[in-house]
Amino acid sequence: MEIFDILVSASFWAAVLRIASPLIFATMGELICERAGVLNLGIEGIMVFGAFAGWMAVYAGLGLWPGVLVAFASGALFGLAHATLTVPFGLSQHVVGLGVTLLATSSAYYAYRLALPEVTSPPRIEPFQPLDIPVLSDIPFLGEAIFSQTALTYLAFATVLIVALVLYRTPLGLALRAAGENPSAVEAQGLSVTAIRMGAVMVGSGLMAVGGAFLTMSAFSSFFFEMVNGRGWICIALVVFGAWMPGKALLGALLFAAFDALQIRMQQTPLGAEIPYQVFLMVPYVLSILALVLMSRRAEVPAALMVPYNRGER
Amino acid sequence: MRLEPVAAPGLARTLGLPALAIAATVVVASALAMLAGANPFATLGLIVKGAAGSKFAALETLNRATPLIFTGLAVAVAFRAKLWNIGAEAQLYAGALMTVLIGTQMGLPGPVAIPAMAIAAVLAGALVLLGPVLLKVRLGVDEVVTTLLFNFIMLLFISMLLEGPLKDPMGMGWPKSEAIPRDARLPRIVDGLRLHWGFGLALISAVVVWVIQVKTTLGYEIRAVGQNPQAARFASIPVGRVMVKTALLSGGLAALAGFSEVAGLKGNLTLDLSPGFGYTGIVVAMLALLHPLGVVVSALFVAGIFVGADSMSRAAEVPTYIADISVATALLFMVLAILLTRFRVVRG
Amino acid sequence: MGAREVVLRLEGITKRFGKLTANDDVGFALHRGEVLALLGENGAGKTTLMNILFGHYTADAGTVEVFGQALPPGAPGAALAAGVGMVHQHFTLAGNMTVLENILLGTRPLLAPGLGRAAARARVEQLSRDFGLAVHPDAKVKTLSVGERQRVEILKALYRDARILILDEPTAVLTPQESDALFETLKKAVAQGLSIIFISHKLHEVTAVSDRVIVLRHGRVVGEVATDQTDRHRIAEMMVGAEVALPHPALGTPGAALMELRDVSTPPEGNRTGLRRVTLSLKAGQITGLAGVSGNGQGALADLVSGLIAPDSGELRVAGQTVAGWSPRAALAAGVGRIPEDRHATGSIADFTLTENAVLEGYARPPFSRAGWMDWTRARAHAEGIIEKYDVRCPGPEARIRLLSGGNMQKLILGRALEAGPKIILANQPVRGLDIGALTYVQECLIAARDAGAAVLLISEDLDEIRALSDVIHVMSEGRLSPEFPRGSKTPAELGQWMAGQGFSDAA
Repeated sequence: MEIFDILVSASFWAAVLRIASPLIFATMGELICERAGVLNLGIEGIMVFGAFAGWMAVYAGLGLWPGVLVAFASGALFGLAHATLTVPFGLSQHVVGLGVTLLATSSAYYAYRLALPEVTSPPRIEPFQPLDIPVLSDIPFLGEAIFSQTALTYLAFATVLIVALVLYRTPLGLALRAAGENPSAVEAQGLSVTAIRMGAVMVGSGLMAVGGAFLTMSAFSSFFFEMVNGRGWICIALVVFGAWMPGKALLGALLFAAFDALQIRMQQTPLGAEIPYQVFLMVPYVLSILALVLMSRRAEVPAALMVPYNRGER
Repeated sequence: MRLEPVAAPGLARTLGLPALAIAATVVVASALAMLAGANPFATLGLIVKGAAGSKFAALETLNRATPLIFTGLAVAVAFRAKLWNIGAEAQLYAGALMTVLIGTQMGLPGPVAIPAMAIAAVLAGALVLLGPVLLKVRLGVDEVVTTLLFNFIMLLFISMLLEGPLKDPMGMGWPKSEAIPRDARLPRIVDGLRLHWGFGLALISAVVVWVIQVKTTLGYEIRAVGQNPQAARFASIPVGRVMVKTALLSGGLAALAGFSEVAGLKGNLTLDLSPGFGYTGIVVAMLALLHPLGVVVSALFVAGIFVGADSMSRAAEVPTYIADISVATALLFMVLAILLTRFRVVRG
Repeated sequence: MGAREVVLRLEGITKRFGKLTANDDVGFALHRGEVLALLGENGAGKTTLMNILFGHYTADAGTVEVFGQALPPGAPGAALAAGVGMVHQHFTLAGNMTVLENILLGTRPLLAPGLGRAAARARVEQLSRDFGLAVHPDAKVKTLSVGERQRVEILKALYRDARILILDEPTAVLTPQESDALFETLKKAVAQGLSIIFISHKLHEVTAVSDRVIVLRHGRVVGEVATDQTDRHRIAEMMVGAEVALPHPALGTPGAALMELRDVSTPPEGNRTGLRRVTLSLKAGQITGLAGVSGNGQGALADLVSGLIAPDSGELRVAGQTVAGWSPRAALAAGVGRIPEDRHATGSIADFTLTENAVLEGYARPPFSRAGWMDWTRARAHAEGIIEKYDVRCPGPEARIRLLSGGNMQKLILGRALEAGPKIILANQPVRGLDIGALTYVQECLIAARDAGAAVLLISEDLDEIRALSDVIHVMSEGRLSPEFPRGSKTPAELGQWMAGQGFSDAA
């Protein structure tokens, strides 16, 4: 049975972690925003810009880690634009989010064309290399599957842990969650809902951009147009699937990546060759919709998600 | 800071702020041109000239505006009911697909084929949006994400057909469909001028949508549901049913964009039929403040920017994406300006 | 109250919103160990004053001093830090978080590494015992009763070492018995040296708990008296300028039952209580009053009568017929006139004109529409008729309803319901938040409708209003309905026991 063969190969599981990594970053980013009460539909465009900015920084001579920082900062900047319009001004998060996606995407393309007017094939950078964790990477199967990833993948998993710790174990996380549940509770304690929400959107957007940067700096080594290809929207579905909890969202991203990796491999089997490849490519999007349908009415949506807060108004 | 409602905004406020938003957009575009090492005034001049500087340019703008009027109307109708249809792109392709199917497979004579294609397109587009809307109404699934994801699924589906059953045998391997016969194409409005009746249909659609909104019970219901679904439900308006009707209307309008592009302009179906008309429709609708007649104006404006930028980038070394950035910037500045016509920012 | 140390002093507070002066040169002092009642009608400026004290608004003039230190204006948190705690009328709690999390919110610097839950829990439990505020620290707030939530709010303030407690309309959501428990807590707090400002418009409470009364009217302080040197009538006169009496309508003459519920149950929805085997008969020419603490099933009953929900089990009969396919439209067709609880969220559409709002319930039928086409001329004439007949003060039928005051908005909603000639009228909190003029007018309209033969269901949290207007009274508690009590047959204390759930046959 081909599926069985695929599932027991270590390289398959290594691929799952690789495919999941950008989704994990961006899903955590979106989760932070939504937990604070802001739906960030800028995610798709911010991932595009992050992919470009990180790659460009490395191409221009900065190191890989500075590149990641540049991506993060660029994402935070778009987050600032988003948050300024949606938080103190309380504009429609749908409209502003889509506007930010348009703006970030076209800015990335414009800058790419400006920086590299002449190229026909996209230039390459030296991406993050797999990092074998001493001892652990020698474990049979697990070593290859889990402990020979690039540093960014390890960082993705660390991010989940950090997000969970901050959300549930610190005053900051408490205030952030309260801002998404009942902003007047936050304001009544003398804290600024505006500052908390704006900060959350900026940090969240930074993470989205790092998710995009994973594509150019770890998965591939070039920047292509349309390389994000709906991953941002999928991450929004993953946040819902994960019921706005970091651990569950991570699980969702892994499950999703497993299906994605499986369909890629199925394409190469004799059975897969019979089916148009587009059917396989549809799988992630169909899965996302299914995830939304499954979780409908089950999860506890942050009560103040998409509800702007105007001080002093009750 | 806080926002305080302005009781009676004056003319300076209601007109001045949107004008300021446009001015700010021009400033951004100029800065972008300078980044590219071009003279901003010359660049802007080239854009205006490329959009409206000649009869050819103006007609090109009208042609480009046509699908944008349809998708803009589709979005305007849906957003009025707070139905976040971000899937106009998928509905457009559904319409284009039905147009090609009817046009190439049925062998109908022109006068029958054209209305048949249009009706089939409308039905297909309506159907594509029906799924997400039923999921929303019945299960509470957020339609933003589902309609977005449908765009990708639809494009892959079209790609599959174009490389399979619909592939043009004479297409030299390109994924494109056969062309619909000449007599099933939309005629030109004036002989010799490259402007087809799709534009006329778009204008008629805008008027029809406007009449629906202000004169019919459906329009009243749509506005009520969009403004306050709780009060609408209390007042005996069937909210779910109104949502579904809105979806059918919106999906159908977006599909007409696909119909008009295939039957009026391209003749066949390709994967690059729409350079994001569905998404740009959102900008068009927002710039028009969701007013159906305003959609016509804002579609012309947005189309002018795109056509002008295309023409400009051939002459100057400024990438054509300057148009996309300008449009996105205009959207963000405009929603802010509109807000500030109704609210003033106060301290403390 | 020997100590005369001033703990809080407001001086010359003035705040304007456009043309409206919400606070006009307001000043008073609060002493240590004192309960000061701040009394005033809705719109008298109490809420604005508190928002200024807490830095949510910046006053145009005036100063706030806490323990001798001036508070910086417009700095939320300054009052908290200085030891002032506020229990808002609308609780500021996050329902999806635990009691402990709600209490901890904002108590530590945001960037502190941890929450210190263990120590906090011990402290909360200690405070609970000291002040008689029993509540489980790990319960999610949304599972708590309204009374328990209020205890969480008080604990929040105490946890932050508040020396001054401000309670905004704290008893509005409590049963009389729960109110008594609250007063006990307040006594304990005063005994420990706290000072309390008690905001209310209920005179009997004010006279029961306060040492001193300050009356606000139209944004000004119009009176200040020691509680033991005055009586309710004098305070009432200060509040409204003249003494108001609740109406004393003669009893109605009941006729046939127009709407009957037999053993009707509905499922709970989210936090909302459902109905538990409710049997009720609304008779022509009678006002049926429904008393109870809010959140005990009144919402479900109102939704049922107005057609928003249908019985899950049991029978709903209108004019003797069991209804099928119950919906808002069916309810309207059956002659139910509806005045919803929340005129902003449910009763009107803010950005619609008065004309559009006037036909919200009737738009689908002639004369307002035919074959799907609206007849705006008729609609406008209808709106003008309501404006004229019900004295709706407005710029005209084409003005947006959001510009209207609450009272005028309510008059339009009332007119919309009454002009349809309803046989059954649901009036859910019809006078909440209205000024005296509009309040009296709405009550008179309801009595007139009763006298004309309508069956009126009046739902209110204000026991005095229920007792004055109703021909018969029911009490709701946890979704159950008490038997019918004729007007005057039960004292407020007896009704309060029913409100607290005593007397029901299936009481747990």
